[in-house]
Amino acid sequence: MDGTTHTETQDDTWTVAGRTFTSRLIIGTGKYKDYAQNAAAAEAAGAEIVTVALRRVNLSDPSQQMLVDYVKPDRFTYLPNTAGCFTGEEAVRTLRLAREAGGWDLVKLEVLSDPKLLYPDMEETLRALKMLIAEGFQVMVYCTDDPVYARKLEEAGACAVMPLAAPIGSGMGILNKVNIGLIIEQAKVPVLVDAGLGTASDAAIAMEMGCDAVLMNTAISDARDPILMASAMKHAVIGGRQAFLAGRMPRRIYGDPSSPQSGLI
Amino acid sequence: MYDVLDEAVMTLTINGEERSFSGLSDLAALVLSLGLDPRKVAVERNLEIVPRSAYGATALSDGDRIEIVHFIGGG
Repeated sequence: MDGTTHTETQDDTWTVAGRTFTSRLIIGTGKYKDYAQNAAAAEAAGAEIVTVALRRVNLSDPSQQMLVDYVKPDRFTYLPNTAGCFTGEEAVRTLRLAREAGGWDLVKLEVLSDPKLLYPDMEETLRALKMLIAEGFQVMVYCTDDPVYARKLEEAGACAVMPLAAPIGSGMGILNKVNIGLIIEQAKVPVLVDAGLGTASDAAIAMEMGCDAVLMNTAISDARDPILMASAMKHAVIGGRQAFLAGRMPRRIYGDPSSPQSGLI
Repeated sequence: MYDVLDEAVMTLTINGEERSFSGLSDLAALVLSLGLDPRKVAVERNLEIVPRSAYGATALSDGDRIEIVHFIGGG
């Protein structure tokens, strides 16, 4: 051995649409008590990217708190989403405005269907993706855990595919590890597990499976102590990633003693 | 002579809400009159994005539909 230790993974970066990041934890900016708590959670999570939504300004109170004053765009890469859009046209209109508001083209596409399940409408998502690609956007796509659709999105030009672990805000963790594993195995673009994670072990499992990053909102914002949970998620993502890189031991059905069997008194 | 340009009252629909203004020269004046920081918003006029650099050169007309949006928290 060369004597170096391999306990740090700062050089272990990931790249999406030509932008390179060290943190593999993307966090949402919804549902927090206020933007100050949101900013503190983003710091505790060690996040470099945050998702943001685009909405009408409140004309009756132009002095209200603004996200950009707390979670600052010069510190965090904003990833504008299309939450609330149900058609490709709505998504394109929203992201054109987001590009003008922020001046960047890296975006998160989510086109939902059923408002109860919050499942993506994959047919409309694929159509919207093609419209956005034609307009020059770099599109990270929220999708179901269907490997066939994940491949179609990639073929249509998605710069990342982001299958759900479970429905948005459900906190159930990865429901279909087989499908997530298949998507990771086949993808040539980054795979991010997005939505449905509930606690730190869920994030660690996703990272141990070899996904490139995870994206979450409610798991942090709805924790009793969101800042502490943000820190827990940071460590879980690093732990899961390092375990993936380290390569786990094989599973055995019988025990295997850790102490030598020779020299017993 | 009565100066229509200075005194004209125009009605705009801003974020779905009708509002009347008088003497608004352009979009830049509208954004300022609403108390908004132009660096923190994006504007659509009649479904067309108006680049921030063009606010001062974008005249408004009676009946225009304006959307003014910004980033808020979201997942």
